[in-house]
This record gives sequence, C-alpha cells and structure tokens, in this order.
Amino acid sequence: MRTILEGLSRPQHGDRTLSNPYEDSIPIAEGLFTWPSNDPRLLGSQCQACGVVTFPVQSGCPACGSTNVESIELEREGTLWTWTIQGFYPQRPPYDGPETPEDFKPFGVGYIELPNQVRVQARLKTRDVSRLTIGMPMKLVVEKYIERDGKQVMSYFFQPTDEL
Amino acid sequence: MDVAIIGLGIHPFGRTPGKSGRDQGVHAARAALSDAGMQWSDLEFAYGGSAAAGAADAMVKDMGLTGLQFVNVSNGCATGGSALQSAYMAIQSGMFDVGMAVGFDKHERGAFRVDPSGGGLGKWYGDVGLALTPQFFGMKIQRYMHDYGISQDALNLVAVKNYANGAKNPNAWRREAFSYDQVASSMMVCQPLRKYHFCSPAEGGCAMILCRADRVKQYSENKPVFLQAVSVKTRLFGSFEVFSQSQALERADAPTVQASKSAFEQAGIGPEDIDVAQLQDTESGAEIMHMAENGFCEHGEQEKWLKEGWTNIDGKLPVNTDGGCMANGEPIGASGLRQVHEIAVQLRGQGGERQVPNSPKAGYTHVYGAPGLSGVCILSN
Repeated sequence: MRTILEGLSRPQHGDRTLSNPYEDSIPIAEGLFTWPSNDPRLLGSQCQACGVVTFPVQSGCPACGSTNVESIELEREGTLWTWTIQGFYPQRPPYDGPETPEDFKPFGVGYIELPNQVRVQARLKTRDVSRLTIGMPMKLVVEKYIERDGKQVMSYFFQPTDEL
Repeated sequence: MDVAIIGLGIHPFGRTPGKSGRDQGVHAARAALSDAGMQWSDLEFAYGGSAAAGAADAMVKDMGLTGLQFVNVSNGCATGGSALQSAYMAIQSGMFDVGMAVGFDKHERGAFRVDPSGGGLGKWYGDVGLALTPQFFGMKIQRYMHDYGISQDALNLVAVKNYANGAKNPNAWRREAFSYDQVASSMMVCQPLRKYHFCSPAEGGCAMILCRADRVKQYSENKPVFLQAVSVKTRLFGSFEVFSQSQALERADAPTVQASKSAFEQAGIGPEDIDVAQLQDTESGAEIMHMAENGFCEHGEQEKWLKEGWTNIDGKLPVNTDGGCMANGEPIGASGLRQVHEIAVQLRGQGGERQVPNSPKAGYTHVYGAPGLSGVCILSN
C-alpha cells in the first residue's frame, strides 16, 4: 500500500485503491480545492474572454461579466501580499474553529499573490506569527482543521515556504 | 432644484440600555422637528434606515400616522448616507418639497457578527475565521503602510485627536481623551491596529429635515445649510474590499475616490475649498487612507499632516470634529447622518467647545464600508 501511494501524483474521487488514506477526511467545502489528493491545489475560475482569475470558482467574470469561465487549478506557491493577526476569539457563529476562548491562540490571515493568477485570502500557518512579512514566499498546505462526526475536516492554509 | 437642511436632531450615541434603536430614532426625529420649528404632519416624505434595529418605518406609529411616503433604506455602511441621498433626489426631482432623512441602530457588543451566506460567501469562510471585518482593516492598512511609508505613530495620532474631539462633544459615546501612550499600548486587535485605533458598533439615532432651497422661509426660521453634492458609489473591479476571497492582480481606485470626484464635480469646487471634513474613521488607518482618497493630500503625505496637527480643530483642515466613529461608535443606520449633522452644526457655528474657528463656509462628509461602497456629501452655508 505504501509503495502504491508513493507512486501516485493525483488521486481521484472514486478510485477504490486510493480510498483508504482519505476515507476519514472530508474537505471543508466541495470545490474549494482538489481532494482527496496528495498534491492538493486550490480551484479557481479563469475567464476565457479576458483571462481574469478568481478564487473560489464562480459562474461569471467579475471584470468583464462573461459567463465563459473555466475551472482551473491554482498555483501552489506565491508571496505574502499583506497579512494581519487575528488577536481575539471570533464570534461563534459564524466561527467554528477547534479551540475554546480559553485555549485560543492568535492566528495569521493574509493574501497570497499567486504569480500571474490572483491573490487568494487564506489562514496562515506558521511556527511564529512574528515572522510574517510582506513579500515572503508561501506555499499551500491542506490539513485537518477540525473533527466533526468522526471525520477529519480538511481546510487550506498557506505556510512560509522555508518552514516546509 | 437646490436642497437645504433646515432641521437637525440627534440621540446621543453610545449605549442606552432599555431604549430600543427605534426609540432613539424617534427621539432624533422629534429633535429635528423641534429644531426646525415644525410638526411631523408638515412632512411629505421620509427615508429611513437601520441595519440591526428593525424597520425604520415602524417609527410612524410613534411619530403619527399621517400617511406620508416612508421608504426604508438598506445599503450596508452607507445606509444613512443613502437615506440622505434619497431625500435629496426626492426634492431635487421636484416631486416633493419637504421631508426627513432618519437613521438609527442598536448593535450587540463586540465586533459585527457576520452571516457569510448573506454576503454571497460559503459557510466555510465563517467556519475558518475569515468573516471578521477587523482583519480586513488590519490587512488593508498593513499594505498601505508598506506602500506609502506610513508609521505606527500616524495611527496613534489619529486616535488621540479623535478621542480629544469626542471629549468636547456632549453627544459622543466616549467623552474621555486618551494620551498617546494609552493608545499606543492598548491591546493589539488585528496587527497593526490596537483597541483604541478602532471604533465599535454602538447605538444612536440621527435625523434631518430637508426642503427646497427656495422655500426655506416657508418652513423654518433656521439658517439653512445647503447640500451642494451627494454621491454614492460602489466598488470597481480591482479595488481591495472587505470579505474578498480573492483579489485581482490589477488595482483600481477605491469607491471613495469615485464618490469624491463625482461630488466635487457636482459642487463645482475642489478639495482646497473645504473648511471642515468628516472622514470615515472605522479605525485610524481608514482615516489616513481616506485623507488621500478624498483628494485632500497625496498618498504618503498624511504622516506630515498628522505630525503638524493640520487635521486638528484649529488646523487647516479639521477632520472628525465630533470625535468621528472612534468616539461615537458606529450604529450603521445613523452613522452617515451623524457626519452630516456635525458638518451642519459647524456651518451654523453651533459647535461650542469644538467649533472650528473662522466661520467655515464649506464642509465635506465621507462614509465608507461594507460591501465596498462610499457616500460623499458637500455642504455649504
């Protein structure tokens, strides 16, 4: 099984030989990123008329209004365009994170500029939020966010490339 | 058709336990009528708005069932500004002679609670902790400081000025001046913005009576203030707005820039002609960015303006003389009208302790907020 997995780049839904490592995990939303996958990518739309890219997928182009848009996989790596640190425990709902107000730790959020595509908003994952600086190289990671009904709910984050 | 403001009313902003938002609106409406020396039954129409305190038109049962046209306005953070614009257009079109713009609100404590689905966002967006307005303000000013060399010092100076002004305003919520160190050492909320850099959702009500400028004397003995321009604009592709899951690589001017240009064109004057301004100060960074977006200075010059005190009450362009959103809080339905109220007070020369010297002639108001819209008014006496 280990050997089989290592040889795969793009596992797909419905492939029985691949279901085992992912059967306990679900994406936080359908269509946000490729899953299951051992090389997940964010999914966006690209306008076929003017080339503008959006994240997530949407049915029309925000620049020219064309409905001729196609779903594309976005780049995994980019640079941090801006950021902040969420310093207080967010209202619940809508927040549904794994922490309680008592064990909450401030987390980073930011926009990552993906070359020639778009800037995507994301939670940031880093060993030290004080490291965050505009322009630093960042890479997509898809990880467990929370457990619900015995399933691992997977979400996307960007992490400084030098931590990976 | 020129339009005049002849009556002003406000319910103190802040927290008023046991009093509904609507009752605060009724208080403001009665105060505006009393100020003008008019009766509710004199009015032909009203435009009113509230975001979290119920339908504005429910106030007619307290004001009187006179059969007037009452239209509820809901337009995000520009709700108050849009109520005013609607009233302005109703008179300008020649359809009506006299009416009211009114707004009130009552929000729960803490940051605004956001329903992601209501804004066209997936549930996941709220789940992971991205549906928070303070994050947007932190990220926007962080980039702006990087691009234009604005320092933390500038953020602190804006807050110190606005709380000092609020301390001189009997209708303000926070009537206590803070020292520079109190602001600079307050709790970090969303880097680089601290607790005292932010305004908070709050409560309050504001109302004003508008009429045809050529019939002022028929309705009121008050010295009128004239609305020279009103403009509301929404975002263009490429502007950086709250709750954007992605942003375009190309950048466009903010909606404030569009609204400001349009208002100056309508009024036929420029930023150099303005004597007193109210600029949306959701947080310190917003006021800084809005100084340039509204054309009062170049991007990056704000640092010098603040250090020189040019936006203080005795400066060359006093900004947020009533303490702004920071000292008054932000009851969405009333906030844009409060800005206009303050400029009208200043143009009447009734600012008391906070009155701008040398009899200001032209004033400016600017509101900005979710989901990426801006409203600008230009007033004169």
